[in-house]
Amino acid sequence: MRGQQFTCQQGLGEIVEAPALISMYTFSPRYDLDRVTGTFTRVGHPLFGEKIAGKILVCPGVQGGIAGGWAFLMMQGRGIGFAGLIFGKVNPVMVQGAAAAGIPIAAGVDDAIFTALENHQLIRLDPKARQVTQI
Amino acid sequence: MLLNDAERAIRDGSRGEAARLSLEQQIVVGDFFGAERFVEVSNVHMMGDYEVMGDAGCDYLKSLLAHGARVCVPTTRNAQCIEYNHAERLRQSPALIEGEKRVRQLLAQLGILLVDTCIGYHSIYTPRLHEHIAWGDTGTVAYANSVLGACTNYESGPAAIAAAITGRTPAYGFHLDECRRANARCIIEAELRDIADWGAVGAVVGERVRGYWNVPLLEIRHGNPSPNDLKHLGASLASYGSLAMYHIMGITPEAPSFEAANGGRELIAEFTVTQADIDAVFARGTPDDGKVNLVVFTAPQLSLVELDRIARVAAGRKIHPGTTLLITTNAMNKVAAEQTGTFAALEAMGATVIEGTCWYLMDPLEMQRQFGWKRVVTNSAKLVNIIKAHGYEPVLRPTDDCVETAITGRLP
Repeated sequence: MRGQQFTCQQGLGEIVEAPALISMYTFSPRYDLDRVTGTFTRVGHPLFGEKIAGKILVCPGVQGGIAGGWAFLMMQGRGIGFAGLIFGKVNPVMVQGAAAAGIPIAAGVDDAIFTALENHQLIRLDPKARQVTQI
Repeated sequence: MLLNDAERAIRDGSRGEAARLSLEQQIVVGDFFGAERFVEVSNVHMMGDYEVMGDAGCDYLKSLLAHGARVCVPTTRNAQCIEYNHAERLRQSPALIEGEKRVRQLLAQLGILLVDTCIGYHSIYTPRLHEHIAWGDTGTVAYANSVLGACTNYESGPAAIAAAITGRTPAYGFHLDECRRANARCIIEAELRDIADWGAVGAVVGERVRGYWNVPLLEIRHGNPSPNDLKHLGASLASYGSLAMYHIMGITPEAPSFEAANGGRELIAEFTVTQADIDAVFARGTPDDGKVNLVVFTAPQLSLVELDRIARVAAGRKIHPGTTLLITTNAMNKVAAEQTGTFAALEAMGATVIEGTCWYLMDPLEMQRQFGWKRVVTNSAKLVNIIKAHGYEPVLRPTDDCVETAITGRLP
């Protein structure tokens, strides 16, 4: 539904509007992505083959590792990185990495977002207002 | 966040622009997690290699150096992505080799000790109970918090470098007593005999208790873990569950009893891990034809005891001509293995012993293209989880079975 809003509990960075990439899998840049092309390459992943450039990732949680800290920065440097990150639960790496790379990030998003949104729908993330809006 | 006099001075630029910028970045992250203050750290372990940093990471380091950055506490580096002795044989790309050389130079200029190990807690620096540190590499964090009782969050590369420059980190998460208490109780009924069993427990518990802020308490019914077992358990819990801390009742320092480990924290889960649960982890990805052309011992790097075990199981036999056997360790353990004759035995077996790196950091996707590798057998549950991103078909097996697989070219 257009205009539908979802609240978050934590946020960092500036407002961004971009298509959403929805995943019900927990996310790790190292486990899920070819970081040279910015493509989901984990075997069996529902987003397998999807490019991440300019998209806002929406997923319930994270897994693994420290690599996210550099991976976000590297992919931003190559112009193939995420436009934004929205998580249910998050670990420090994603937040530290997003802060270093200048990617807006939010966590503690309403669970309803995972059923309300579809892939590639345009959304606005406002980290300071802790709000996600379907546009 | 409340800043003390020293931190206000850093923010005001008295320790230079790099320290000011680093502190500002730490404040942003601290605010995100509701940290009220900083805590001083005595040691930093950072993860950073060219495979994950790329040119943007190099530019980030150059910018810090241009602003006068220098670490102010002992700081070590995790495993690198190149093994210079075997780079040509493993067909590592010239771009990766050159990039890693640049990263090494930049990190050295910051004052970081290039020890290139993910098991420095065994070989380099062992923090004491309740010591505040800032470590990267998830396995090192899990070991420090759980087995040693030190206090650290996951510190990604840029965050660890910021902590090394300012000498502090925001006090949230595992720097606070309340976050270290167990909120899941796991009875482990399965028999745990091998490193791979402990990794499999990490997979089961990590998947059921997933979430950085959760802390499982394990009650082990059949098993007596060595430090190497705990190394694999922590690495696996971190990999499958993003967990940074666990307790084992009666074994780890903050868990003399359930009550002590739990401290009244609400339990989110209570379950039993059976033999069937562990067997199910081993059954994942088992191929029909049994043929294997790659066996890897890595993730984390191997201790001398683990290296020696492989040599003893091989007992003078050589690996199958169609199979590659890769083993990673750090420089300190390699030297020890050379002194004990273990290294010579592994080389005579036909193993490639790789120093200062971990295989999954070495651009395994490119190796797959170069060598046609697809199926990989390992005793590391962590590697099984990671390597799928590179299109491999991983199979978890106990250590002795991995050795037999390397010798016969087939799964036993």
